Amino acid sequence: MLRIDRLSAWYGEAQALREVSLAVEPGEVVTLVGRNGAGKTTLLRCVMGLHKQLTGTVEFEGAALPALPVHRRARLGLGWVQDDRGIFASLSVEENLLLPPVVGPDPWSLKRVYEAFPRLAERRRFPGTKLSGGEQQMLAMARVLRMGSRLLLCDEPTEGLSPLLVQQIGDILREIKTQGVTVLLIEQNVHFAVTVADRHYLLAEGRVVESLDNAQVRAREHELLEYLGI
Amino acid sequence: MQQVFNGLVSGSFYALLALGLAVIFGMLGVVNFAHGAFYMLGAFGAYILLTEAGVNFWLALVLVPLALGLFGVILERLLIRRLADLDPLYNFLLTFGLTLILQDLLKREYGVQSQPYPPPISATLDLGLFEYPAYQVFVLGCSIVVCLAVWFVLSRTRVGMIVRAATERPELTRAFGIDVGRWVTPVFGFGVALAGLAGVLAAPMRAVNPLMGADLIITVFAVVVIGGLGSTFGSVLAGFLIGVVGSLGNLYVPALSQTLVFILMAAVLLWRPAGLFGREEALT
Repeated sequence: MLRIDRLSAWYGEAQALREVSLAVEPGEVVTLVGRNGAGKTTLLRCVMGLHKQLTGTVEFEGAALPALPVHRRARLGLGWVQDDRGIFASLSVEENLLLPPVVGPDPWSLKRVYEAFPRLAERRRFPGTKLSGGEQQMLAMARVLRMGSRLLLCDEPTEGLSPLLVQQIGDILREIKTQGVTVLLIEQNVHFAVTVADRHYLLAEGRVVESLDNAQVRAREHELLEYLGI
Repeated sequence: MQQVFNGLVSGSFYALLALGLAVIFGMLGVVNFAHGAFYMLGAFGAYILLTEAGVNFWLALVLVPLALGLFGVILERLLIRRLADLDPLYNFLLTFGLTLILQDLLKREYGVQSQPYPPPISATLDLGLFEYPAYQVFVLGCSIVVCLAVWFVLSRTRVGMIVRAATERPELTRAFGIDVGRWVTPVFGFGVALAGLAGVLAAPMRAVNPLMGADLIITVFAVVVIGGLGSTFGSVLAGFLIGVVGSLGNLYVPALSQTLVFILMAAVLLWRPAGLFGREEALT
């Protein structure tokens, strides 16, 4: 579904990604694990088109992405969940949900969103950023589900959330996986990652250094947590 | 009381101009220095239509903003768009240059004397406490109706939603499948049309001359800053507020009447750097 081949990216002179190659198959949930500054966010931004200083190929269902403007990628089925949640302050909760066009064959209706997230229904007339951090994260996830995006690019959706909310994010990820949605997820918490994902890529200094499955991550959990500084 | 009313009428022009400036600044990040020149073109458009083609005021009130809107669309496509990725200073220089060109073109033709434009309504209205020219009341009503209509579109429609999102975070808005670039041109055209509308409204009560916009635009910039950069609501409210403050200042402290607006601007900036209704993050 997503194929990245020898992707390098720069911020001016500083190289953030060095010939990264990876692939995500339809229906998979794949995480990117790595320390801060390893290049995880840059990689997602390159796929979405928000970072432009790059070389290499990025293909989504055979379409070469670097040639496409950002909004076209969203319309192809990429769903963006930004690290700061990307909630619009000047839009109400409901407007945040309704802003993006429906792009996929199997979008969530507003009704389904509100049933899954009753808190958003209660607050749907509030400005988006008046929600708590956890509620904003739910809104960010709900927004791409309502679009019907087929590949979600989620930049650390569990960061800073209480264990209860992390569990709720986990439930959502498992639910949409059964629906066939593909997810590329940045996740520092490997303990959580193995409960939602199929495979994991470990990034360090802009390179993919290891590709791991759940069993390997479980076996090396302590070592990985120590490496990641958690 | 009559001074307050005078102030509201001046405020009608400030509000219309500031609203256009704010919408353009929000969506394009362009400080449109040529806004005063577009206002001047609006007044001249009405004047030329009347003297050359006998087109009356009411028809001009519709035709001139449409023509200027089209002019704005062409300008955005042809020039402003090309500078979008550069430092905002380039667009400032472009619109400043444009202002000089437009002013001088009209100066060549009409000189700097004011051209007379007959008032379309000459009656006065009895407002209870005092008599007031009906045309001025019409200007105030017109401005309020237009501002309310723009507010309605911005707050209640899908177009408004897109404009608000794109104003706040253009790149993120694209990431949700919205082609922001496609909306930039009509928004610019619309802002220019608003300036044209203000110009037509001004023709019968203000001196129609090539420098009429240059005199006004500095005050309007102060209005936008006081209202909060990028806040359309703040701009409109500050427009009427500055109109009233200026008019009362004229009455009580005539020596200060010209500077009063800028003293107020400095005070507001010291108290709230983002303006009355601006968001702090808009500054970064």
